[in-house]
Amino acid sequence: METVIELNGVVAVLGQFPALAGIDLRVHRGEIVLLQGPNGAGKTSILRVCAGLMPIERGVGKILGIDLNTNRDAIRSRVGLLGHANGLYLDLTVTQNIEFWASTVAATKDEVRLAMQSMKIDGRLATVKASQLSAGQRRRTALASLIVRRAEIWLLDEPHAGLDAAGRNELDSLLRDAVRAGATVVLASHESERAGGLATRTVIVDGGSIGQGEL
Amino acid sequence: MTSRKSTGTSATRWLGVVVLLMLTLLALCGLVFSAEDVVQGSTVRLMYIHVPSIWVAYIAFVITALCSATYLSSKSRSLVWDRVAGASGEIGVIFVALSLVTGSLWGRITWGTYWVWDARLTSTAFLFITYIGYLAVRRLGGTHRQRARRSGVLALLAVIEIPLVHFSVKMWRSLHQDASVANTNAKVELDGLMLFSLFLGVVSFTLLYAWLVLHRQRVLFLEDAVADRGLDAAILSRRDEAQV
Amino acid sequence: MSTNFRLRRQITVAVARKDLLIEWNSRILVNQVAPFAAIVMVMFAFALDNDGILQQVAPGLVWLATLFSMLVVIQRTFAVESADGALDALRVAGVDPGALFVGKALALMVQLFALETLLVATAVVLYGVEMSIAGLGMAFVTVIVATIGLSFVGTLYGGLAAGARGRETLLPLLLLPVVAPVLIGATRATEAAFGSGGASISEGWPWIGLLAVFAVLFGVVGAVAFGPLIDE
Repeated sequence: METVIELNGVVAVLGQFPALAGIDLRVHRGEIVLLQGPNGAGKTSILRVCAGLMPIERGVGKILGIDLNTNRDAIRSRVGLLGHANGLYLDLTVTQNIEFWASTVAATKDEVRLAMQSMKIDGRLATVKASQLSAGQRRRTALASLIVRRAEIWLLDEPHAGLDAAGRNELDSLLRDAVRAGATVVLASHESERAGGLATRTVIVDGGSIGQGEL
Repeated sequence: MTSRKSTGTSATRWLGVVVLLMLTLLALCGLVFSAEDVVQGSTVRLMYIHVPSIWVAYIAFVITALCSATYLSSKSRSLVWDRVAGASGEIGVIFVALSLVTGSLWGRITWGTYWVWDARLTSTAFLFITYIGYLAVRRLGGTHRQRARRSGVLALLAVIEIPLVHFSVKMWRSLHQDASVANTNAKVELDGLMLFSLFLGVVSFTLLYAWLVLHRQRVLFLEDAVADRGLDAAILSRRDEAQV
Repeated sequence: MSTNFRLRRQITVAVARKDLLIEWNSRILVNQVAPFAAIVMVMFAFALDNDGILQQVAPGLVWLATLFSMLVVIQRTFAVESADGALDALRVAGVDPGALFVGKALALMVQLFALETLLVATAVVLYGVEMSIAGLGMAFVTVIVATIGLSFVGTLYGGLAAGARGRETLLPLLLLPVVAPVLIGATRATEAAFGSGGASISEGWPWIGLLAVFAVLFGVVGAVAFGPLIDE
């Protein structure tokens, strides 16, 4: 099985603070890995490192075979990140937001329509400005923008937060579909019961390091 | 890293002695032995500080730009280049300030004004402000590499900006060819000793610059090393936080 | 990541369109920046208190008001990127930084052009400036060329100053010295256009040349330097 993410002794800093104090992580294609741990453990930083946003201070990181120390740019566009923030333009409507992201990858109108459908974004919601959306609606808009970008690795930070039960089930089936189509998913959550059913593997993150993984 | 009590080595000590001797000689030649100017009298002696200062300032910024370019283009991205660039920038700012102050004093004594809007002086002022901005960007925080990249790009941008500003200012001032405005390009008649003193000034100031940069970049190395040790300690204590 | 020219052009257009759409939806330029610029022009009149002098220095005042307003507009154009982490998303999406740069600069150009047209009109009204047709033409060309240069350099430094705390306040310190050539050139060319102090139209052309050089230089350099500057 192809290793899509390989982190060895990775240290990453925020200013002077070591958000990651030596991470060893291996993720294979087709897995749905849950990063679980308390707030401040470093889950977000792991995702940001894998997305190529956060530089590695020490250690080695390889995403899709590409070395993050030498060639961070190359993994971008192959990876999709949904962080704490949603990456939305608050003054644009839902449709305008998704269409913008679609145009950055030359996605077709059909792909946009499908993405909005799978996130249950109907005609009425589509015309609402992002600043007026609820947290869950913003999440769904952000996820639709992510779908349209056809990433190979999905990095999701607390994706279920703000979604109701129906929304969470939608998200779970969406992620399973994506994995079936060849993607890999890494999601972070501090809710221990939630994503247990979805994930193929759970990894404990605490104090900027990894604990034992369980299946 | 040997535990030395200072950032000096035998090389810098020798250099320091030479610099000290040359500066003393310069002071003697400039202040005592050389002649006064026919027109400007004793104030021309400011030239022996003013001209070498601006010369060194330009060298300093060229070095900053070259080191920044080297850092950004090299595969290994050794931080030495960044530290020398930063040290050179800091020393350069000091020498620009010195040249502005001496230029201003010279103007005040000779023509009665602290400032004239001529091309050279105005461009020099812009050089000063640009590098204050460079130093401010170096202090933005973040990792050593982030600092190196940001300030490196900025230093290279400055290589483009400074000539552009200089050229624009020159075009601008050429519109104002007043005979009554003080002409800072007025030729000062230089005899042999004055020329020698000027040359001595340029050489000794350049060596002084080198001595200052060598020491300063070592201090920057030590500062970075302290920060790295701090990081090591922080990593250990972060790991201890974990209940894993 | 290989983006061909067509995709890059598409991204440039998408980014420019997005920024202009945001401005259209939020109307910050119209509701806040333009009135600010107009007030600045009025305050110049309070400070200088002399009709003759005002008329003579009108070109300089127009461009000073432009530069001060531009700082606000640039900070706004990057504030929308960091408000909800969109800049991060753009970087992760691997959007070509050069295309991103040109796109944002284009949107900035449109906004600044509108602003400057307003300011020139304000100068005509408030400061008693009179322009011939030829002068109007020169003013138009000056505004276009100066705006292109200001937009490129503003987007570049705006990117450096964007995002992290303590960086936004750097923008004026870094940007204002750099745009000195534009201030000098645009003011002289506008003097030629307004006929201030007896300047003739033809005197403006060398300055427009200077503005054009500035614009080209920073267009090229900016596209290359933008990527490293917005990266973490």
